[in-house]
Amino acid sequence: MSLVSETTARPAAGFRVARSRRNVAWTGAAALIVVVVLAFFPYIVYSGTTTIVVQAFIVLTMASMWNLLAGYAGLVSVGQQAFVGLGAYFVLILALHGISPFAVLPVAAIGCGVVALPLWWLVSRLRSGYFAIATWVLAATIMLIIEKFSSIGGGTGMPLPGLAGLSPALLTAYTYWAGLAVTVVALAAVYLLLRGRLGLVLTAIRDDEVAARSSGARVGLARLLVFVVAGAGCGAAGALLAISQLQVQPGAVFSVQWTAEMAFVTIIGGLGTIEGPILGTAVYMVLQQTLASYNAWYLIILGLVAIAVALFARRGLWGLVDEHLHVRLFPVGYWLRRDGERPRGLRRPAKPREQRPG
Amino acid sequence: MGWVNAIIQGVLTGGLYALFACGLSLMFGVMKVVNLAHGDLAVVAGYVAIGVITVTHIPVLWSFLIVVPLMALLGYVLQRTIIQGALDRSVLITLLVTFGLSVVIENGLLQFFSANSRAIGTGLSLVSGSFTLGSQIQIGYLLVVIFAVAVVVLLGLQYFLSRSRYGRLIRAVADDREAAQLAGADYRHVFGIAAALAFGTVALAGIAYGMYSQLSPTTGTDTILLFAFAAVVIGGLGSLWGTLLGGVVLGVAQQIGAQINISDEVLAGYIVFLAVLVLRPQGLISRRAQS
Repeated sequence: MSLVSETTARPAAGFRVARSRRNVAWTGAAALIVVVVLAFFPYIVYSGTTTIVVQAFIVLTMASMWNLLAGYAGLVSVGQQAFVGLGAYFVLILALHGISPFAVLPVAAIGCGVVALPLWWLVSRLRSGYFAIATWVLAATIMLIIEKFSSIGGGTGMPLPGLAGLSPALLTAYTYWAGLAVTVVALAAVYLLLRGRLGLVLTAIRDDEVAARSSGARVGLARLLVFVVAGAGCGAAGALLAISQLQVQPGAVFSVQWTAEMAFVTIIGGLGTIEGPILGTAVYMVLQQTLASYNAWYLIILGLVAIAVALFARRGLWGLVDEHLHVRLFPVGYWLRRDGERPRGLRRPAKPREQRPG
Repeated sequence: MGWVNAIIQGVLTGGLYALFACGLSLMFGVMKVVNLAHGDLAVVAGYVAIGVITVTHIPVLWSFLIVVPLMALLGYVLQRTIIQGALDRSVLITLLVTFGLSVVIENGLLQFFSANSRAIGTGLSLVSGSFTLGSQIQIGYLLVVIFAVAVVVLLGLQYFLSRSRYGRLIRAVADDREAAQLAGADYRHVFGIAAALAFGTVALAGIAYGMYSQLSPTTGTDTILLFAFAAVVIGGLGSLWGTLLGGVVLGVAQQIGAQINISDEVLAGYIVFLAVLVLRPQGLISRRAQS
């Protein structure tokens, strides 16, 4: 099934629609170098550092998924912890059956994507605020159901089996690489999705839902796709969380704090840009590490900053960077150019696009 | 006999849930704001009441006279500043800002008052006492009083909205903001009044819950906000009497769940909520069916 029922739009005569190629080649090369350098981290830094970076991977993956939901599809979900928890429990359940947690990672992601389908059916008819709280209730319900099974730890949870055979150093390194892989796949998936048809349809919905519908965009299908991908991504992050913590506790993995972190990171970094969550994660890690000994203060400060950013600098930190430097690391938009005009990477779209709720 | 008892207790707790829900319903009905900090603000009201009572040693019931107007004022101020600011931008920003507020308030309470739960000790025999019906059914006076308060609050809101000058203004602005503005209504001020009303009910709900059970920093979201929302959805969006019915259905479902298995109380309520979402998404009493 195609996302668009029929395509009628053509650029007007004398114009053509293009994406800057040069920019992509450069960022592609830079991204590759960053990933290769990151892949060598376990050989060059202490395991304490890789543990912190794994935490950043988890937050970045979650935030990218939340950004896809809220920033592109206009779906403010406050129940993404449902998928974080389910991902963790997929790992735990299959590990109890003797399957290596690392091998389960992709299974957990796909499983969460599949679970997202019936959940979407439940919440899809609700809009904005009611969608937000309904997803929250769903997450609470799923946690209560899982707590009923004492074979997987009931209400108290249990340690993750299956990793005792690995030496600590090897375990940290494997966890790190798994985290890197999850993050790279998640970011690449978000980028490719937004570059393709889905990105166009989502932008159309964001700008004017009625107009998008009447020009043939399948709005419901696009949102479903985003919800499923975000479920799978948060599931992968949850699976990673279980592996890095070596235990699964329902109250911890199903905590709304995960959604708070993804939301704050995304808002601070820049909602509706792929770069935003990356920048936001950096801010998050700095705050979290400096305020680590003050309990919940990092979350309070993060929340206050996020409120201020949402009110006064809607496009977030990346918006500020973009405004002054005119760069896009992950170009997913299109420029409209006159025929014969040379593509220039350093052009901004005419007007910052408005965020519209769904 | 246990079942009859469960249903009676459920109906009475339904009054408490309706009290949780009416502020949420009012703010959505008038401003299209879903205040995700709703529950946490109720907990704040409860904590303020505890503080006022410990410091001044006034009788518990007097604390309502201090805390409810205080919260109403806070509601007006919050609406005129942060919430209106967010509304001027978009509904999405409103959600993000109220969610941010919720997390900040909850963690702030956790930081300053620890995770311990605390109750509002009333010391009144009326509150702790109960009467028995038949041989096995024991009904606490407090729950009956809370149910009565909920009904009075709903009746009062209904009367205020349909009869008073401000009520008419609120309905006018909710129906058509531009037209109301053309007729000379300052919609921001009217929104502020509606928020003040909603926050007043939030304060009542928070203190009532603190007397009935215990308040902890997480009560605001995992109990008050989610139950309030479930009651609103079960009853039907935008209908005040639907909210009471929704609260009662939720309360009865929880008590029956608890009757089956004591740990299934909350889950049973949510399952009924999900069933309504699937089978009757417009709620038991929908606005469309009424008109």
